[in-house]
Amino acid sequence: MSPDASQRTAPEATRTVPLRAPGRRVHPVAWWGWALLLATVAGRTANPWLLLLIVAVAGLVVTWCRGPEPWSDAYRVFLFIGLSAVAVRMAFYIVFGGSDGPTVLVTLPSATLPEWAAGFRVGGAVTAEGALAAAYDGLRLATLLVCVGAANALASPRRLLRSVPAALYEVSVAVVVALSVAPQLVESVGRVRRARALRGNTGRTPANLMRTVVAPVLHDALDRSLSLAAAMASRGYGRAAGVPAPARRATGAALLFGLLGLCAGAYALLGTTTPAPLAWALLAAGAAAAVFGIAFASRRVPHTRYRPDRFKAVDWAVIASGAAAVAGTVLSGVFEPAALWPATNPLRVPELPLWAAAGVVLAAAPALLAPSAPSSKPPKGTP
Amino acid sequence: MSTGIAFERVSFAYEDALVLDDVSFDLPEGEFCLLVGPTGAGKSTLLKTVNGLVPHFTGGTMRGDVRVAGRAVRGATPADLADLVGYVGQDPLAGFVTDEVELELAYTAEQLGLAPAAMRKRVTEIVDLLGLADVRDRALAQLSSGQRQRVAIGAALVAGPAALVLDEPTSALDPTAADEVLSALHRLVHDLGVTVLLAEHRLERVAQYADSALLLNGGKVTAGPIAEVLAVSPVAPPVVALGRLAAWPGPPVTIREARRHAAGLRERLTGLERPAIAPAQAGPPLLEARGVTVDYPGVRAVDGLDLAAGRGERIALMGRNGSGKSSLLWALQGTGKRSGGRVAIGGADPASRRPGERRQLAGLVPAEPADLLYAETVAAECEGADEDGRAPRGTCAKILDDLVDDLDDATHPRDLSEGQRLALALAVTLTAAPPLLLLDEPTRGLDYPGKAALAARLTQLTAAGHCVVVSTHDVEFCAEFASRVVILSDGEIVADGPARQIVAASPMFAPQVAKILPGWLTVAEVAAALEADGDVAGG
Repeated sequence: MSPDASQRTAPEATRTVPLRAPGRRVHPVAWWGWALLLATVAGRTANPWLLLLIVAVAGLVVTWCRGPEPWSDAYRVFLFIGLSAVAVRMAFYIVFGGSDGPTVLVTLPSATLPEWAAGFRVGGAVTAEGALAAAYDGLRLATLLVCVGAANALASPRRLLRSVPAALYEVSVAVVVALSVAPQLVESVGRVRRARALRGNTGRTPANLMRTVVAPVLHDALDRSLSLAAAMASRGYGRAAGVPAPARRATGAALLFGLLGLCAGAYALLGTTTPAPLAWALLAAGAAAAVFGIAFASRRVPHTRYRPDRFKAVDWAVIASGAAAVAGTVLSGVFEPAALWPATNPLRVPELPLWAAAGVVLAAAPALLAPSAPSSKPPKGTP
Repeated sequence: MSTGIAFERVSFAYEDALVLDDVSFDLPEGEFCLLVGPTGAGKSTLLKTVNGLVPHFTGGTMRGDVRVAGRAVRGATPADLADLVGYVGQDPLAGFVTDEVELELAYTAEQLGLAPAAMRKRVTEIVDLLGLADVRDRALAQLSSGQRQRVAIGAALVAGPAALVLDEPTSALDPTAADEVLSALHRLVHDLGVTVLLAEHRLERVAQYADSALLLNGGKVTAGPIAEVLAVSPVAPPVVALGRLAAWPGPPVTIREARRHAAGLRERLTGLERPAIAPAQAGPPLLEARGVTVDYPGVRAVDGLDLAAGRGERIALMGRNGSGKSSLLWALQGTGKRSGGRVAIGGADPASRRPGERRQLAGLVPAEPADLLYAETVAAECEGADEDGRAPRGTCAKILDDLVDDLDDATHPRDLSEGQRLALALAVTLTAAPPLLLLDEPTRGLDYPGKAALAARLTQLTAAGHCVVVSTHDVEFCAEFASRVVILSDGEIVADGPARQIVAASPMFAPQVAKILPGWLTVAEVAAALEADGDVAGG
């Protein structure tokens, strides 16, 4: 889009802004960036206080900033997924063991594993130190999940997809359609089950369920996808783009080589055998090829975007608040590394890493920067 | 040469079934044309040939030429024609690609690569034109069905097509919402010069807006001014049927025209016996609902509603989209959610029973009758229904026989026509012999003969002692069927009484005949009175 075009539409934008819920003014990329930065912090520590602080901050920001959309409940869902992650991690520790310590809580009957599986155990002593380490580990995973949940609640993945480069348009449409299938299936299952109750058919044998629930739901899904395909086609999806074949092939090749280069660079960087400068060069070359491919292809894509989300000061502020949390963690890593990775053997109450905690508290700033409007009570009945 | 939509000797066939047979017509630019025809005549097929969905999405053999605004359509894909023809399908929800109103409106424009500034202007225009300003920021899932349909029409218009093709756009809408949609379309024809081709079963809503009509029957098309076409059509709105009966010239298509001719007929009818009005409270009480409340997150769909009904009553539940009709039916049946209040059917609360016993108290045919059906053939469906209801073998098949004639047992339920599928769902429901029968919007997709047949069947059932409650937007069906009308608004009853009183008092729910001849509801009733009068005069 050319800059003058955006200026021409400016008066209209100011006219329509009051209609939009204020909480939605933040760019989806900013929300996802903020959430991923918080997730980075969670990945760099096992301190339970810090992790709980991150969960609390994410919860606060979601409560204050989320819009009225259906996906705004995602945070709660991910909170439950996070709790189950902790539970699963604990269950794994109890059954298969892990780090151990002197404080034995219970001793389970154990089985001896053959030579090749040395290092694992089944059953055996459950120690407080090991359980605590497993709990920290589970909490870390849960916090990561909660951060993703917060991003989902604040900006739906669909809105994020609208910000992908035009070259990846077709891919993003496929993802959007796939995303809409899940809720539709849920709705479809609900309808079919209610209809089944109307018929008094409540048999639970697999054959009966297959015939009366699975088959109608799949039939429904197939019908829907056909009519969606027809609707998308009648609305211009998949128009002959008029891009000459050589150009299309060139961009495709650039994208492919770019991605291959990125992979090879990342591999070389993580491996120890390749000298670092070569790895970095490979990574940079790959990134350049990919960026070139995307940019080149984007200019040729005949689609335009309706009201693309623009990055504004408040979006930078949101990102910066997330970055502050990471910076705090890095400082803590330098000055108080022990607090970031609290030892569980011997058992003791972990200390709160102050730098990191201060950073995470700063990451709550979006709650003040971009609060959503106090939601009015939903009207009685649908209009 | 025409610049609207022109068909030249178009034939179309699936395998061996000929749907369009040498069809030729020519719609000038800016015409509002109505496509009429009985159910299953191939109206959807004809509409889809305009934007290439037929044969690109359906297969089949097509001959002849279709031109839109002078551009040949044959050979082009629907996507290539997106800037030329806007298409609005039967179910708006099935055609939505995005999940927000504005993005949905902009989708076509994005595909066509419209400049952002032009696109934004265009979307704003469409939002104003279709009255969507209040909901432009909402998610599509939060809209009512009327708003969804307007979004679908808006989305088809954003690219500025020369022609707009609509397949039953108002069949799911209440009369007021339908009027809003249709007057918006009417304005488009005037302001933008869009050629509109619209298929609809509820002609009483659309006929007044249309300039011309195409009658599709047996693969052949008759084109002409709307009055001439409707005069010979097997499906015609009540006003035209009344005009035919009274031999008014034209015949008139709008209420206003008809009123001008009506003086003579009114005079003849004064003093004539109206056919016997069905007694309002016929049988012993059956349904007793007190304080029924249904809450959804953030919305109270039904609000402390009281309703009592007796056997033999024919109740029509009317009200705007989202007034709580469906929620009430589901709550009464007991399968749906009920947040508060009591329901007793013959003294028993259906919600406390197991589903198998519940359906012996109250049967519900949902808005999508196909949901009730899951067998491969009609015969298997009937057997399954007998098993589900532990009814003697053949019960369902026998009920179905009484409801429809000549139904092929080996047909897949999804291949049946709308009317047949409804009859099958009704037969499946009736197999449990529930005294209370609830139907949610049963007339969608039915033509006038189909609706008359349904009304007759339901009347027979009430005569046999059932109590039938139908939720409907269809005022003509209500006039034909109901003995009592209950009007809901915001989950509360705002009017309840004998059909004749209630619909005559409401401008929104009055049938066409009542608007022309106050006090009379249907053409059949007028015809019967005239005939009786003629007999008296003659003998």
